[in-house]
Amino acid sequence: MNRPARQRGERRSQEGERLATEVRTDESYVQKPKAIAALRAEIAAGRTKAADLAASYYARIETLNPRLNVYLTLTKERALAQAARIDAMAAKGDPLPPLAGIPVGIKDVLVMQGAPSTAGSKILQGYCPPYDCTAVAKLEAAGAVLLGKLNCDEFAMGSSNENSAYGPVRNPVDPERVPGGSSGGSAAAVASNLAVAAFGTDTGGSIRQPASFCGVVGVLPTYGRVSRYGLIAFASSLDRIGPLAASVRDAATLLSIIAGHDPKDATSSPAPVEDYAAESDKPAAGLRIGVPAEYFAEGLDPEVRAAIEKGIASLQAAGCTVKPVSLPHTKYAVPTYYLVATAEASANLARFDGVRYGYRSPSSATLSGMYSHSRDEGFGAEVKRRIFLGTYALSAGYYDAYYLKAQKVRRLLAEEFLRAFAEVDAIVTPTSPFPAFKLGEKTGDPLAMYLADIYTVTASLAGICGVTVPCGTTKAGLPVGMQVLARHFGESTAFRVARAVEGAGIEVQGK
Amino acid sequence: MTAKVTVEDVERVAELAHLELAPEETGRMLRDLNAILDYVAELNELDTSGVAPLAQVSELENAGAAQPRADQVAPSLQRAAVMQQAPETDQAFFKVPKVIER
Repeated sequence: MNRPARQRGERRSQEGERLATEVRTDESYVQKPKAIAALRAEIAAGRTKAADLAASYYARIETLNPRLNVYLTLTKERALAQAARIDAMAAKGDPLPPLAGIPVGIKDVLVMQGAPSTAGSKILQGYCPPYDCTAVAKLEAAGAVLLGKLNCDEFAMGSSNENSAYGPVRNPVDPERVPGGSSGGSAAAVASNLAVAAFGTDTGGSIRQPASFCGVVGVLPTYGRVSRYGLIAFASSLDRIGPLAASVRDAATLLSIIAGHDPKDATSSPAPVEDYAAESDKPAAGLRIGVPAEYFAEGLDPEVRAAIEKGIASLQAAGCTVKPVSLPHTKYAVPTYYLVATAEASANLARFDGVRYGYRSPSSATLSGMYSHSRDEGFGAEVKRRIFLGTYALSAGYYDAYYLKAQKVRRLLAEEFLRAFAEVDAIVTPTSPFPAFKLGEKTGDPLAMYLADIYTVTASLAGICGVTVPCGTTKAGLPVGMQVLARHFGESTAFRVARAVEGAGIEVQGK
Repeated sequence: MTAKVTVEDVERVAELAHLELAPEETGRMLRDLNAILDYVAELNELDTSGVAPLAQVSELENAGAAQPRADQVAPSLQRAAVMQQAPETDQAFFKVPKVIER
């Protein structure tokens, strides 16, 4: 690492340590949603009407959204029509689909037919896609009630949700803090019970990090496990769709619904979809758990470390074998990620040119002027920065030195995981080196913000799967997440380990 | 990999990326790009001669990637629904500012 950058990172992490011991504000909107299985049973028995449940969620959203800024769009008409369908089925005694009447929220980078889908960007303001994302269509077919579209960093680029063109989401645990990003709205919605579950996307940590900041479960499925059709692309070799939920079992239930091959996404895998909820019920005893020293090095907040160590002890108590593993290329993951991801982003975001959809600048009479003015006026600062970096890394004379070099290091990182998974069934790490930071704390320094992804970008580059599960809190009551990683298509193992940590009920460190 | 980005580089990349930066944005972009490129230069520590680039991960996965789909004609999006989302059309085509001067 280059000297000035390292010094900057160190200074930031020390600030993080100080912040963690600060007392947070008392304002909190945390409320745990009921379990999916319990809600479904109530609806099936007629004790709860899906329509009433949806209405109660909209009422809570109306009260809390002005403060938390979680939802960008409410899709009431579609949600209430679905709820009415479910209620009619329940009244007739028809068998109900697995998510019958369950209210869920959808990150705004996943398109829903007829509903504004902005990806948190001004350049897509008012865009109403003419089709549904495959994951969204599968959820609705499974009976879910889609409440609306959730706020996120612009084009899913960010680690704090402060890059949304529609204002930052606030963390329900402490509204002066960020919810993490880029799926900040998705994590905050579940943490504050503005949805029973939510769907996000994860390119370098965008499901896992906000889930850990808000104290909920988040899933990074294996690359290819879930179709990307209808996901507004950021970096196509890294983008994944996954659930965020209040419990591991709920998250596992939801993954089984959205997973599977889709003819509309050639990279989606034909690997059979397991009943992940049932798999998560199996005890973790006997599993071999790897702990990589590289994830517990300098820069890790001591309170986060203490919480994760308790989590590891709980796995030992549950009958797992814990052993060290080595992932020596870990420190190269962030620079590798930011070259690969931005290169892909610069290509993907070329489509926003003011011609087929979204914003067109009125201020130019020439075609090339129309392109560049539309993009300049439509994109925010971080998106431009990444398009720049990616375009530079792909440009003649620099391609080999940056993009190709990063792709080679990507192979080293991926192969190192494959070697580790020959020795262990799962690897556990902190999800983030620090708990939720304050709004504005890192916005002036793009590199400091990138370093927030230090523990999550590795699995993104390797294509493996992972789950983040709440694992205690700091003294100030800020949630800590443990990341459980497993090999390609090893979701069932990751869920089993996460269930064991969740079941251990890691104590908060006291307020 | 230690090349310093110059104002001319920023202007060249802006042209490639179809982004038009205001003068105050150019300075900030120059500073940020140099800081980020300094940081990623850390990758130079690694000897990657003989390592094949990894463009996508499905080659590593046990279950493998899906087979290509059959090449069959199938319905796609309705033209009218697509055109409705465009800034300017004549129903059949997207309209853009004039490219060729007559």
